[in-house]
Order: sequence, then structure tokens, then C-alpha cells
Amino acid sequence: MTDASLIGAATVTPDMLRIAAGRRFREVLVRYWLLLAALVSVVVSALILWSLLREAWTFITGVAWADTWGQQGWFPRRGLYDIPTIVVPTVIVTAIAMVVSGPLGLGAAIYLSEYAKPAVRSWVKPVLEILAGIPSVVLGFFALTWIAPNVVGRIGKPAFLVIGLAVMGLYTVVAAVMVRSRLKRYRDGSSDSSALIGVVGALAVLGAIFAGYLFWLLNVLGELAPARAGSLAAAGIGVGLLTIPLVASVSEDAMAAVPEHLREASAGLGARKMTTATTVVVPAAISGIVAALIVATSRAIGETMVVFMAGGAADAARFTDSPLDGGLTMTAAMASLASGTDNVVGEGLTFQSLYFVGLLLFVITLALNIAATRFVNRVREQY
Amino acid sequence: MVTRLIDSRSRSAIAASIQGRRIDTGGLLFRSLLQSALVLTLVILAVLLVSVFADGWSQIGGRLGEFLSGTLRSQSKDAELGVHQGIYGSLWIAVSVAVLAFPIGIGAAIYMEEYAPRNRFTSFIEVNIRNLAGVPSVVYGLLGLAMLVNGDIFGLDRLTGGRSTLSAGITLAVLVLPIVIITSGEALRAVPNSLREGAYGVGATRWEMIRTQALPYAAPGILTGTLLSMARAVGEAAPLILVGAVTGRLGDNPALLDLGALSERFTALPIVITSWTQQSGRDTGFAAAAAGAIVVLLVFVLIMNSAAIGLRNRFEKKRG
Repeated sequence: MTDASLIGAATVTPDMLRIAAGRRFREVLVRYWLLLAALVSVVVSALILWSLLREAWTFITGVAWADTWGQQGWFPRRGLYDIPTIVVPTVIVTAIAMVVSGPLGLGAAIYLSEYAKPAVRSWVKPVLEILAGIPSVVLGFFALTWIAPNVVGRIGKPAFLVIGLAVMGLYTVVAAVMVRSRLKRYRDGSSDSSALIGVVGALAVLGAIFAGYLFWLLNVLGELAPARAGSLAAAGIGVGLLTIPLVASVSEDAMAAVPEHLREASAGLGARKMTTATTVVVPAAISGIVAALIVATSRAIGETMVVFMAGGAADAARFTDSPLDGGLTMTAAMASLASGTDNVVGEGLTFQSLYFVGLLLFVITLALNIAATRFVNRVREQY
Repeated sequence: MVTRLIDSRSRSAIAASIQGRRIDTGGLLFRSLLQSALVLTLVILAVLLVSVFADGWSQIGGRLGEFLSGTLRSQSKDAELGVHQGIYGSLWIAVSVAVLAFPIGIGAAIYMEEYAPRNRFTSFIEVNIRNLAGVPSVVYGLLGLAMLVNGDIFGLDRLTGGRSTLSAGITLAVLVLPIVIITSGEALRAVPNSLREGAYGVGATRWEMIRTQALPYAAPGILTGTLLSMARAVGEAAPLILVGAVTGRLGDNPALLDLGALSERFTALPIVITSWTQQSGRDTGFAAAAAGAIVVLLVFVLIMNSAAIGLRNRFEKKRG
């Protein structure tokens, strides 16, 4: 039907406006094809869960937990599955990674969002994105061949001592400030003695953690020679470098979402730039910053190649809690079990142990990601 | 008090304190701390690139042609040592990602942004996609191992040939699928509603509106996302280890376009790098070989990434 005939008709009947059958058919067809594409992601999730749970269940029900617990080693081909042997190095690597990427990523983000000129931003941000695009095998190689000898090998021990003492110092300062303010309020009479008991309790717990940490630190420092080959520290630094762009970009986004009028109001009250940044922008963006740190933690736990190449342990490992030692993280345990051989062979449940560790990893990262999404949504609701 | 405040000495002191330039030591310190965080990050990036390039120079500088066409060898001094098999694997992994993940991912994004009704099921799919994007890559390797190599459910191993380039490609396509969906969805969300309304106004159906207005407008953003996800897939190694990449017992050196080798044992550039790095403990020449392979991989990945970033920045600027 042409335009002319439509205009020429005396009345427009519903038939004239009805969509042609072929056009309508195509419309419906496209819609269902696209729905199908969207459903693929649901199928993938279901298949991941199904394959993890199936083999992991065989492992959980089949393994002799009483025998394997407390064996102080992860030797899957011999049927020894000591969970702390792979969990403790994972925690160490993740902690070191966050010590590296937290300050560097946040510092870069605050600088880019509050201080940097547009010209600087416009070239620094793409460079950070390039860093984000560097494959993890490259950082694994770098961690093993450069960081391990030049950073961990040379200054590993003293740096470890300094960072350990700095963390303890930070704890002490925080505790002192808390106690002082509580004591002051107690003397003022604005708080009763029950609050004081709380402070004493908190101090006792802190003291216990402190003593344990100090004991561990001295123990670790006493027994170790500086690392030359791969170590958990080298792998941790490598993973940290990998997560810097993640921390920087997510927290920078959060700070960019803070409305300009908050900064203007702060400046109007006479605050200098640093005060505005630390007391207005960062608190306003705190949900996004926390989300960035959580996502980075999750990424660090799941990172495989850097720890596999630079972690300093292959295939099997004895229990270690020292960062300057080689160790097997959860992901490295999976990669080394699967690599090199044609099939995963060994004792009856060796293959299933892959899926058990995978399930553990899946659950931990999923929980962290859900937590991060919550925080991000909170930022969205605010502004 | 009042008289003291307005006496001339105090007045000039107050004026000086308001107008005078004081040095904000704390603020400067804070600023330089932040700046050094950024500078340190950039310096590390530079050290990484320079040290890898310097390490690999003996391979890529002296014998680039042989290095690109050579094969995996047990001795680093071998004159035929090279990365050809790795390039073959990585190339076909990239092709599988383009063939599988791009249409499905973009299709899913179109459905989620343009068609999906606002209900619980839609938000379930959305949450599901976000969570999939955060799943560690080794877990995708486990999925590939169960489905494509062992054929646990649909007997897919007969289709893929078990531990093959095809299995690796499908696994990585699944891995980047959520990234493609999320980035394409963001690009579609940036399409102004006035374009949609205009198309409907002249009588377009929904699909006609999407095809002629929304997709062309979102194309640069979608292309950016697909390039980034392809770079991610090419650089990924962990899932390939699980799916059974090897660095020995490979078949003949396949021609780059030889489709028959797709269902045979495979390797890929990141796997070659991993293996050579591990062998550098016993044969130090492999460190240089690994660095050379890294330079080859980085050239591919960085070209894709910078193209994506450049493309996006250009269009962002254009559209304000």
C-alpha cells in the first residue's frame, strides 16, 4: 500500500494499519532467538554448578577426612588432601596482593579524581587500561624473573619486618585513640562503666591477635633464607600489580559519581583540598571504594597463572605459613594437578579433588562478588 | 575584646592571614603521596615492558622469522625453536570466540536492554550474568574439562575431539560471554531514547528500530567490548591448562589455516610462555624464549586493547 492511496482513502480502516504477516513473523522469530541467547548465560551457570557439585560431592563423601586432616601437606596423587596447606598460602598471597594494590590503586584513583588536570587524566587512564589488559602469564613471568630476585630476594626480609611492624603500629595507634576517647567520655560521665568493660575486652582480643602475629612473624623471620626462586611473596606482589587497575578504575568511578556541589560546599567552608578529599569525597564514595577492594580480593583469590608460575611450588607441597617460602595456593594446586600429564592420574579421588577445590573457590569468590554488588548498588541509590 | 579586634595591628594580622600565601605542608605531602602511587604504578609498568623486551631480544631481535615459524623444542639452543604452534592455537581460539561469543553475547545484550520485561526473571538473568563475570577463569576450565573433554552431559567430546583447539576455543568463548554481554549492554543503554521514539514514530517495528537505529549508534561501544574480550581470551591460560593444553607430543606443525588440526591436541601462546618459564629453571635459555613469546603475545593483545580504547575515547569525545 503506497502513501498516496492511504491519503486518498476516505477512512483509515484497521486493515490498513495491520502489520504484514511476514514482517510480524520475523519480529517474533527475532525476539525468541534473542531470548535464547540471553538464556545461554543461565545454562552456563547451571552447568558450572552441576559439574562442580557432582564431582565435588564424590570427593567429599569419598575421602577419608580423618586420615587426611592434619597431614601437613597437599599430595593429591598420593591421596593426601590437607585443606589448610592450600588455604593458608591463598590467604597470604591475597593479603600481600591487597597490601600492594590497595594503597597504590586508591592513591592513583584519588589523585586522578581530585588532583589531576584533564590533560594528565586523558593519557594516564588509557595507560592504566593497558596495564589492566596485560595477560596474567606476563605478570607471572615478571614476578618470577624480576620481582623474585630484585625485590623479594634483595629486600624481602627487611621489607617484611618493616611492613609487619607498620601494621602493628597502626593497630596500636587505633587502639590508643579508641581508649583515649572512651576514657574521656567515662571521666565526663557521659558513658557508664559497661563501655569501659567493652574497651578492655576489645583490647584483650587485640592483644591476643597481636601476640599471635608477633610470634608468627618472629618464627617466620627466624627460619628463612631470602628467597631466590619463586615464593608466595613474589607471587603476591605480581597478583597485586595485576589488581591495581581494577582498584583504581572502580574506586575512581565511585569518586567521580560524588556530586560536585559537595566539593564546592566543602571548599566554601574553607576546607583545603586535602580535607575535602579525605573528609568529603572519600566518605561519600566509601561504598564504591569498599566494593573495589572486595572485587580485587576476589580477583586475587581466583588468579591462577601468577601463583602457578611464581609461587615456588609445583604439583605438591608441604604446609607453609611463610611468605618467603614457596607454597601452593588453591588455584595453583588445580593448575599444577592438571598440567603436564595427559590425564589427571593418581589415587582414586585425585581427579575429583580438582572439582572440590574449584567448588571452594567458586563459593568464596561468589560470596565476595555478591557483597561487592551490594556496596555498588548502595552508591547508585545515593546519587 | 571588640576593641582589640579592630585595632590596626590585629586587623593587618588578620588580613595577612587571609590574603597571605601559606604553605600547606600536609596538603602538599598528601598530594605527593598520591602522585607517587600513580607514578610508581606507571614505573612498574615501564620496568615490566622494558625487562621483558630486553630478555626476549636474543630471540625476537636476532631470529624473528625462525622464532615465529619454529616449533616447540626440548632444548632452548635448538635452531628450530619457535612459537608457530602457539600462534596457531591462539589464532583459532580468537576465531572461536568471535564466532561463538560475539553473536550470542550481543544477542543476549539486545534482549536484556530492548526486549526484556521488568520482572523477577529478567533481574535473575541480570544478576546471573554479573556473577558469571566474577567467576575465576580456572572454574571455566573445570567446566570445559567436564563438558567438552570428558563429555559428561551431552557427549560433546565426540564433537570437539576431547583435548583440542576447539574445546579450548569454546571454553574461552563461554568465559568472555558475560563480558561481551555487559559491555554491549552498556553501549545499548547509551543510545538516546529519542532515536528509538523517532524510529517508532515513522512506523518501524521493534527489530527494525534496533537494526537501523540502536545497533548502528551502539556499534563503536559494542566493538570496543568485543575487542577487549578477545584480548582477554587470547591472553588467558588457566582454563587451557585444565582443558588439556600441552607443550609436547603435538602433531605436525599445522598451517595457519589448516582446519583439520582444530580437533587435535593443542597449545596456545600463553601456554608456551608458561611452559618455557617453568623450564627456565633447568635450561636458562628458555627464559629468553619465554620473553620472546611474551613480546609476540603482547603485540597482539596490546594492539587489540589500544584499538578498543582509542575507538571508545574517540566516540566519547565526538558525542560529548
